[in-house]
Amino acid sequence: MAAEIDNWQRGGFGLYLHWPFCQAKCPYCDFNSHVAAHIDQERWGRAYLAELDRLAGETDDRVLTSVFFGGGTPSLMDPSLVAAILDRITARWRLTNDFEVTLEANPTSIEAGRFAGYRSAGVNRVSMGMQALDDGDLRRLGRLHGVDEGLRAFDIARDAFERVSFDLIYARQDQTVAQWEAELKRAIGYAADHLSLYQLTVEDGTAFGDRLARGGLKGLPDEDRAAEMYEVTQQVTSAAGLPAYEISNHAAPGSESRHNLVYWRSGDWIGVGPGAHGRLDLNGTRWGTEAPKAPGKWLETVEAGQPGELPREAVSQVEAWEERLMMGLRLSEGVDLHGLAAPDAGFEARVRGLEEMGMLRRERDRLFATAAGRPVLNAVLRELLA
Amino acid sequence: MPEALHMRAMTELSHIRNFSIVAHIDHGKSTLADRLIQSTGTVQDREMKAQLLDSMDIERERGITIKAQTVRIDYKALNGESYVLNLIDTPGHVDFSYEVSRSMRAVEGSLLVVDSTQGVEAQTLANVYHAIDADHEIVPVLNKIDLPASEPDRVKEQIEDVIGIDASEAMLVSAKTGVGIRETLEAIVHRLPAPKGDREAPLKAMLVDSWYDLYLGVVVLVRIMDGVLKKGDRVKFMQNDTVHQVDRIGVFKPGMLPVDELGPGEIGFLTASIKQVRDTKVGDTITHEKKGAEKPLPGFAPSVPVVFCGLFPVDSAEFEDLRNAIEKLALNDASFSSEMETSAALGFGFRCGFLGLLHLEVIRDRIEREYGIDLITTAPSVVYHVHMRDGTMHELHNPADMPDLTHVDHIEEPRIKATIMVPDDYLGDVLKLCQDRRGIQEELTYAGSRPLVVYDLPLNEVVFDFYDRLKSVTKGYASFDYQITGYRQDNLVKMQILVNDEPVDALSIMVHRDRAESRGRAMVEKLKELIPRHMFKIPIQAAIGGKVIARETLSAMRKDVTAKCYGGDATRKRKLLDKQKAGKKKMRQFGKVDIPQEAFISALKMDG
Repeated sequence: MAAEIDNWQRGGFGLYLHWPFCQAKCPYCDFNSHVAAHIDQERWGRAYLAELDRLAGETDDRVLTSVFFGGGTPSLMDPSLVAAILDRITARWRLTNDFEVTLEANPTSIEAGRFAGYRSAGVNRVSMGMQALDDGDLRRLGRLHGVDEGLRAFDIARDAFERVSFDLIYARQDQTVAQWEAELKRAIGYAADHLSLYQLTVEDGTAFGDRLARGGLKGLPDEDRAAEMYEVTQQVTSAAGLPAYEISNHAAPGSESRHNLVYWRSGDWIGVGPGAHGRLDLNGTRWGTEAPKAPGKWLETVEAGQPGELPREAVSQVEAWEERLMMGLRLSEGVDLHGLAAPDAGFEARVRGLEEMGMLRRERDRLFATAAGRPVLNAVLRELLA
Repeated sequence: MPEALHMRAMTELSHIRNFSIVAHIDHGKSTLADRLIQSTGTVQDREMKAQLLDSMDIERERGITIKAQTVRIDYKALNGESYVLNLIDTPGHVDFSYEVSRSMRAVEGSLLVVDSTQGVEAQTLANVYHAIDADHEIVPVLNKIDLPASEPDRVKEQIEDVIGIDASEAMLVSAKTGVGIRETLEAIVHRLPAPKGDREAPLKAMLVDSWYDLYLGVVVLVRIMDGVLKKGDRVKFMQNDTVHQVDRIGVFKPGMLPVDELGPGEIGFLTASIKQVRDTKVGDTITHEKKGAEKPLPGFAPSVPVVFCGLFPVDSAEFEDLRNAIEKLALNDASFSSEMETSAALGFGFRCGFLGLLHLEVIRDRIEREYGIDLITTAPSVVYHVHMRDGTMHELHNPADMPDLTHVDHIEEPRIKATIMVPDDYLGDVLKLCQDRRGIQEELTYAGSRPLVVYDLPLNEVVFDFYDRLKSVTKGYASFDYQITGYRQDNLVKMQILVNDEPVDALSIMVHRDRAESRGRAMVEKLKELIPRHMFKIPIQAAIGGKVIARETLSAMRKDVTAKCYGGDATRKRKLLDKQKAGKKKMRQFGKVDIPQEAFISALKMDG
């Protein structure tokens, strides 16, 4: 592996900033999000800036590809706070020419009122949590916006930002394949350049998870119907010029999320804020970083002058290899194995077996999951990484 | 065993009472036994642990006793006389019906314990008939009378109706509060007969049970019928034809307490430096080597395994651990046999023989739990007699060993006489079940108002899930007992299961030709549910010889991918993947197909 260039040069170098607060918790969400009555944004701002300074001390020789404000609901942040953070970032790191700054936003009218402020602060891309174009389903998903309000917010976003993406959740309760196809086509009509289309996943520890465990949440699609929805998603988006570049992400060529590509290409990224994870190659070792999850704990730690981070853990070569394949095979462009030696001798044979099954394809040093392999990628990985 | 604790010499017959307790699992047998032991001062309160007579977890969970256990209770009755009361706790399951029958022959009476809030239940019936068979005097005991839901009058009536014994003088007891305990002890003394026996006759002791003790070797539980057994005697085990010198004799209080001698009517133990439980056969007669009895006690039957299956470690590296576990368990269980087996698909394992399916499950559970070895259990099989064209006969314990059919003249299978008692309401369901399992009705009579059905059935239709099905179609209200009656020729074939076009030898079964299609269909349908989807479609077929008789196709997996996977998910998703890979290793690969271990047994369960 000695010949390999650093991950951050190959895969990019991104910065993720986690804002852990929401107005309400969605029943399907297993992210680190909290509902708080009052948030002292200035106080949080000081903590974020302190963390940026600390991490810049370790990485300011690098060129930053992207910043991503995620959450929680970062569109609850004051534009002035976003501006202060971006000012600090641009002061501490060199930036790529096509530097991308994304902010996740809920499509409500209140938040749309802040879009111009975010634009001025330096945000050039928003990712809107639209989730559905059906009022009943939005209510069932626990969302605070309706379809009309969401679309109005989207119009405002499209005027304010160069690039706009929106999220939809499919394979919802009682949803038919035809309904989803119609909804997806309508969504594409609103001319986003990027769509994140997620199949509803019921996670343990969420309100939906509890309901499912108690025998509720009827009408979720079975595997076959879910597969049909996935297939129709591929067809409709490809026909509209927004093909999948990742399992759940679709974009017009050139409009891919540069920040998320850092993850999938196993680049390096800094994680700032409660519960944020990072990956950093430092002095020949790949480190996994993780911040304390509870917002109060993180804030107090940082305010006490301590690093807002748990003790770092080294990611072993085998683990790094597994992550590289696990993340990289999600991409249509595949994963670059150049200069990487497989950790076990059976790997080549397993690749050949999966190629014969039509699940993988190899072109020189690149390994791809095929159209058949991508919808069953977990099974492919279980086989491949045996 | 300090000498000072030695008991005085043996007790007069007239002052001995031997009894067992018959009860359904939750009806309070152990609590009652504990209370009897405690109230007589047999055990000091401070030594009292709840449920003295229960031992293994598995026994407790399944509500069965596998080993007979015994305790001697010294009781000073209200008439001022002192009595010795010997309680034998008997095993209670149809697989062990022979062992139950021997335990019952070792005592003269039974307490029939019925929960007065619940009434008579099926398991009670099976055992109470053993007691009736053994000519026991039976004292009904209605337990839990302290509970508001107690209905002693209704339950008395039910005992009279269903079992057909007089319940007018049933004891009313709360083992929990102690109500009725003294009255029950008095009833044991005054209502149960004293044992008979001749002190001067040659020694005849019945071997009731035996187990291996790490320090003492094999401990033998005996009931003295005639004569006197003393320490140092040279004794002969008549059926086993072996001679041993007695090292120790004693009684259980419930700890082992040495005595100088055991006389007629007494129940106690002996040790004689016996190395293997195998040499101590339940029902054997122990006599003196010299001037011994001429004829053994009647009713002995060697215990023969009737159900065989393969036990293989899921992780082939654990084969030696499995061998060790099996050897240890065999030390204490004469009715369990094993020999090494190799399977093309499963590697090294053991072909093991059991008294029945419960016995199989108990042993398998103990290996998994006590020794921590994950097992694959292959399809249970009975022993077939395969008669060859050249006139020889092979015992077939494993369908995988079926010889080439061109050399086979005919095949015989073991048959049983099954006796089933069932309430009227479920009679039709029971008859249908027996007919479906190739049964031939021999008798349908009424014991009181309760139908009694006798069927001639092939054992291979019964070993697997007959008892479960019977319990399920009768909501538990049926008793079932069986004896093997002999072998009979029938149209039997070996059915293979092919998964992804490869035969899985561990799933081969012998089946009647007429039943092959329906069994084959049921098995492939079951397997289609049990095998997880793979990335390719998998044909699952049942075949006889080269001919496919049933086929299902398990569709290829269509969707299994994580929807959201970003930077913050990398660690968690990688760990999840590692966990899934570990789960995959718990399955066995047949060709390219992973088959979960539970599939090997579940595939055989018939719903109808």
